[in-house]
Amino acid sequence: MEPRLPVAPTGPGAYLAPGPSSFTDFVTANAPHLLPGRVPAGLSAAPAPTGGAAGLQVPHGTTIVALTFTDGVVIAGDRRATAGNVIAQRDIEKVFITDSHSAVGIAGSAGIALQMVRLFTVELEHYDKIEGVPLSLDGKANKLASMIQQNLGAALQGFVVVPLFVGYDLDSADPAKAGRIITYDATGGRYDELLGYHAVGSGSVFAKSALKKLYDPAADRDLAVRTAVEALYDAADDDTATGGPDLVRRIYPVVVSITADEGAVRRPDDEMEAVVRAVVAGRMEKPGG
Amino acid sequence: MTMPFYSSVDQLLRDRSELARKGIARGRSVVVLTYTGGVLFVAENRSSENRPSALRKVSEIYDRIGFAAVGRYNEFETLRNAGIRMADVRGYSYDRRDVTGRMLANYYAQVLGTSFVEQQKPYEVELCLAAVGETPEADQLYRITYDGSITDEPQFVVMGGTTEPISAKLKDTYRPGMELAEAIGIAVEGLQATGTPAGSGPTGSNGGAQATRVLGANALEVAVLDRSRPHRTFRRITGQVLRDLLPEENRAVDAPPPPTVAGDDVPAASGAVNGEQKEQGDKPGGAANGS
Repeated sequence: MEPRLPVAPTGPGAYLAPGPSSFTDFVTANAPHLLPGRVPAGLSAAPAPTGGAAGLQVPHGTTIVALTFTDGVVIAGDRRATAGNVIAQRDIEKVFITDSHSAVGIAGSAGIALQMVRLFTVELEHYDKIEGVPLSLDGKANKLASMIQQNLGAALQGFVVVPLFVGYDLDSADPAKAGRIITYDATGGRYDELLGYHAVGSGSVFAKSALKKLYDPAADRDLAVRTAVEALYDAADDDTATGGPDLVRRIYPVVVSITADEGAVRRPDDEMEAVVRAVVAGRMEKPGG
Repeated sequence: MTMPFYSSVDQLLRDRSELARKGIARGRSVVVLTYTGGVLFVAENRSSENRPSALRKVSEIYDRIGFAAVGRYNEFETLRNAGIRMADVRGYSYDRRDVTGRMLANYYAQVLGTSFVEQQKPYEVELCLAAVGETPEADQLYRITYDGSITDEPQFVVMGGTTEPISAKLKDTYRPGMELAEAIGIAVEGLQATGTPAGSGPTGSNGGAQATRVLGANALEVAVLDRSRPHRTFRRITGQVLRDLLPEENRAVDAPPPPTVAGDDVPAASGAVNGEQKEQGDKPGGAANGS
């Protein structure tokens, strides 16, 4: 096992040397101990019986949904993290704004996923500052793919991270197609979801079924937010690991909308409360939605 | 057997200072000042006109920290990248709040100071590192010169070619508590106080035409660290927004900029060669620089 390096990575020389515009590449070269999801060498030889991570009870994030609408795209996540049969955290946030026009939702091993999103956010900002222009949307999506690929070793041990990436493509010729949803598998495979909706995580099967029926490409933002919450409600209805809206503790899904004009905006809690109350009231009439 | 030439440390450092000063004096000037809403950067830079990939003198370093430089483009670009890297690594290792202007200013001072003493050629740059605080009193402006000297300026920093007339002008006009438009106004007036952009001789000796220089939005690179913005406070002000903030007489000046070389204000590389030409009078880039 390699020795743990001190946090301050390098002398002034490394900062001054000509190098990549990528923060991840710089950190990999000069301070690799800061990278997420590194399984120490001594551990990697051990076999992973029954999914490896099952023995180690770490929090897992569950359901994330995303769908496009006329002006952009919406992403939403429930608030539950589970470790085995226990609710590890009931108000975890799993949807993050990564820059002015993109956001990521995470499912899977929460610890590694949070570090990965943090690194990804710094990566986008770093490139923007060094180059003076932001990365293209496809550039961002590919960068995230390579970061998931780096995590393959940990994924084989059971610490799988499956993000859902959404963004608004400012270079797109057709504004109706500028809101984009991109999904990944554990090996770093990148897939564009052109149907306009997708879900990841344990409740994704139920959420996707709901989206299939409810999705409307001509929806405005408010309807898209409502649809996302309906889909999460359906996921929570049938999947124990997905948390439903908690009106008692006032814990509502995290929803981020991305449009050209406003950029990525987290919908405020009072707006979400109104949407959630409307959805719950609807279900009182008709439990199936 | 050869004996190494002896030169006194004093002489050595004086020569290096002269080289660095000449290099810096060839650039167009940059003004950094504080106003009610944060910190304002105004640079005379004809390559900046609304182009995202322009060669810039003013840049964002971190959430509340900005950077302005004059001198050799490749050298301050290296320093700018180093600052961004350091800030991002630090903020990623600890927390975003742990990246401070003081820390970066010290880092730059160390790099420049070490290089000045140890390297054959010192950096021909002068930097200003600005950090916007929660209140106007907490704003910080650090001026760092080629030899690593660092000063904490309370109100404004002027760097570049002919700084004396600009500083003199700003001393008269600057007052704490200005709004953005007023601050841009006095900064631009200050920059216009130099007869020629790169100062080929004392002001006034070039005739009246030069003294009435008026800088339009195309010739300016303007950015602010906006106290009221969350997270990343750095914001460039370009195009129509900038035009509306300029003083009345500057708004009309909108002619397409003359085709100048961007980046280094003087295209030729060697400081020594240009330094001599400069002393003789006009310099190669000077003709295109005039407005």
